[in-house]
Amino acid sequence: MTARVLVLGIGNVLWADEGFGVRCVERLAQTYAFGPDVRLLDGGTQGLYLLPFLEEVDTLLVFDAVDYGLAPGTLKIVEDDEVPAYMGAKKMSLHQTGFQDVIATAQLMGYCPEKLILIGCQPEELEDYGGGLREVVSAQITPAIEIAVEKLRGLGVDVQKGQTRSPDLADPSIQRSAYEMGRPSEEEACRVGDDRFLPQDV
Amino acid sequence: MVSTPNGFNIDNSGKRIVVDPVTRIEGHMRCEVNVDENGVIRNAVSTGTMWRGLEVILKGRDPRDAWAFTERICGVCTGTHALTSVRSVEDALGIMIPDNANSIRNLMQLALQIHDHIVHFYHLHALDWVNPVNALKADPKATSELQQAVSPSHPMSSPGYFRDVQNRLKKFIESGQLGLFKNGYWDNPAYKLPPEADLMATTHYLEALDLQKEIVKIHTIFGGKNPHPNWLVGGVPCPINIDGVGGVGAINMERLNMVQSIIQQTLEFNRNVYIPDVIAIGGFYKNWLYGGGLSSKACLAYGDIPENPNDFSPEQLHMPRGAIINGDLSTVYDVDPRDPEQVQEFVDHSWYTYGEAGKGLHPWDGITEPNYELGPNAKGTRTNIEELDEAAKYSWIKAPRWKGHAMEVGPLARYIIGYAKGHEDISDQVTGLLKTMDLPLDALFSTLGRTAARALESEYCSRLQQHFFDKLITSIKNGDSSTANVEKWDPSTWPSEAKGVGMTEAPRGALGHWIKIKDGRIENYQCVVPTTWNGSPRDTEGNIGAFEASLLDTPMERPEEPVEILRTLHSFDPCLACSTHVMSPDGAELTTVKVR
Repeated sequence: MTARVLVLGIGNVLWADEGFGVRCVERLAQTYAFGPDVRLLDGGTQGLYLLPFLEEVDTLLVFDAVDYGLAPGTLKIVEDDEVPAYMGAKKMSLHQTGFQDVIATAQLMGYCPEKLILIGCQPEELEDYGGGLREVVSAQITPAIEIAVEKLRGLGVDVQKGQTRSPDLADPSIQRSAYEMGRPSEEEACRVGDDRFLPQDV
Repeated sequence: MVSTPNGFNIDNSGKRIVVDPVTRIEGHMRCEVNVDENGVIRNAVSTGTMWRGLEVILKGRDPRDAWAFTERICGVCTGTHALTSVRSVEDALGIMIPDNANSIRNLMQLALQIHDHIVHFYHLHALDWVNPVNALKADPKATSELQQAVSPSHPMSSPGYFRDVQNRLKKFIESGQLGLFKNGYWDNPAYKLPPEADLMATTHYLEALDLQKEIVKIHTIFGGKNPHPNWLVGGVPCPINIDGVGGVGAINMERLNMVQSIIQQTLEFNRNVYIPDVIAIGGFYKNWLYGGGLSSKACLAYGDIPENPNDFSPEQLHMPRGAIINGDLSTVYDVDPRDPEQVQEFVDHSWYTYGEAGKGLHPWDGITEPNYELGPNAKGTRTNIEELDEAAKYSWIKAPRWKGHAMEVGPLARYIIGYAKGHEDISDQVTGLLKTMDLPLDALFSTLGRTAARALESEYCSRLQQHFFDKLITSIKNGDSSTANVEKWDPSTWPSEAKGVGMTEAPRGALGHWIKIKDGRIENYQCVVPTTWNGSPRDTEGNIGAFEASLLDTPMERPEEPVEILRTLHSFDPCLACSTHVMSPDGAELTTVKVR
């Protein structure tokens, strides 16, 4: 029997590069076909809601924007014990404390997936509410997907070119192109924020 | 010392304590208090540390899509924001939803309430009262006896069961992954439970984790998916095909049976575990009745869970609507969210500007223009504030007021309003609880009262779920399978300009979305969220908000360990992700507590 797999994209699409994980899963569904043992899920901003999905699989692959202090757009892959340990050592994003807790909770309950893979991308810009992915991060979606496909094939998962229909992806109105194309202009809607969180001088 | 117009005495001369961030909440929040020489809190300053502005992303979008954006604001109230959003659009365009859609929306909204209340109590708030590390010292046999005394109907109570849980907990804590229980002050004398009660409550922490997975299946069944279920302007996006088998997304008998079983399971948990736990834990803290704050003076609820579709008149709402002011429980005022004189937001102490001081704006006319400046007495720099100056601007949260009054919102506010109005279910629950615990009505106005109201409400919500489930089944059996009204789906049927308001009761309090539509697009969109009410900074007149009021006069065992501050702030179930801007790139992992 092949391993049951959850491919999860997490992050808040409303915060520019924070949406990396969700966009990866969205693209993966458009470009590859998976069998019934693989679930593609837009985890969005959720924490404990994701617990039941972890319980039903042996392998968890997560796409996410993670702050490792590297050059923007750098991909970083960590596996197994390193995933929660690394998450604990370095804060990555708003919801990750949440996701780290989800993994810890799954461990406490005794149903954390055996195999954990995190494909992270260093964001360039997070402090742009309503914004989309920046160029350097967007350019890493395809490489990130290729790494995921290779990892999954290495685990014996059947992956073919094609498409996967999944009810677990974002509503069309906030899928990437609709979301980014429909953004109000800077003149229409204020984009200034708190300079404690925006590095440049105001 | 200063007396505020809303009846509180504040004195900022004592030692200042800064807690930043406040942990185990959604979003970022900072709190500063001054304590006197006896360690009693005499001044409190709460601040949302980040900027918000939903309008910046919704302007110019299709109103029918707004729910999908609002659902992404944060990780907690997803469905409640979506429901509020579709209601605001339906209100603006005069769209009537069918009866089944009302029942299904109520079932989803109630599932979210119950899920949030249970997860909040066991996974975020209980750790302010319960010490999981101390649970390792418990005698499983004595724990079993305690469990059977506290709740004879709960079947999971054998000594062997508690021994197993204790071993599991021990293994987890010894593995060094204390992640879930980090930031605890486990040797603080503020913790009063004997080890057996700690073990019982920690065991229920685990039981609640299993149950919460079931509760959210209601969202998957009716919302098509979870997380982030689907919503629809005009109804709900799930067809009913009662005889169908395996049809994608359609509601059939098999799925309805599953919903029934989840409702039953949840009701039993609320009755046999949640409420008995709150009573048992509360019994050890009966002399800790601090934290009432605004609750005895001014409460607000918009009300929710309409019996019939499209009818939001107060007598038709299962969750009560109303406003209480000046501590007078004999009069409950009705609330009109359209009246420009009732709900207004002020920014004199918030990092925004309206161009003139002392001005309040109704949300339909709301503007969000940031103006970040620290007061002359603030310490530190613009990027590293050491101490806020609350006499000037000090928060990214605006100050909403109802007819000029600072209001508390949330389960306790709903229960006080329900009790004052003589709402039968609510009054019975409140009276019963006070009798069981042998406490006077005044005890309700406290941190524990807030925590208890949430538990009672969770049980009430389970009963309401059963009511709407039965209603849905009856309707389907009578041949009505309609779930959406799409007559006004097409924007060509809309007026060129329209405005509407959507109201709900989110788990943490009154939530409103105000929308203006022009030529088929969103022109303005303002959310006034519960934590904006509770976490509000001061206003022009100097009235303090619910968080700040609730902290006053509380003694702290050890000022450097803010257990008491966390206890009271958590009792509001604060969620700052939508009341403020979201994150800091370096996001300090551990709370720093500075005593100056």
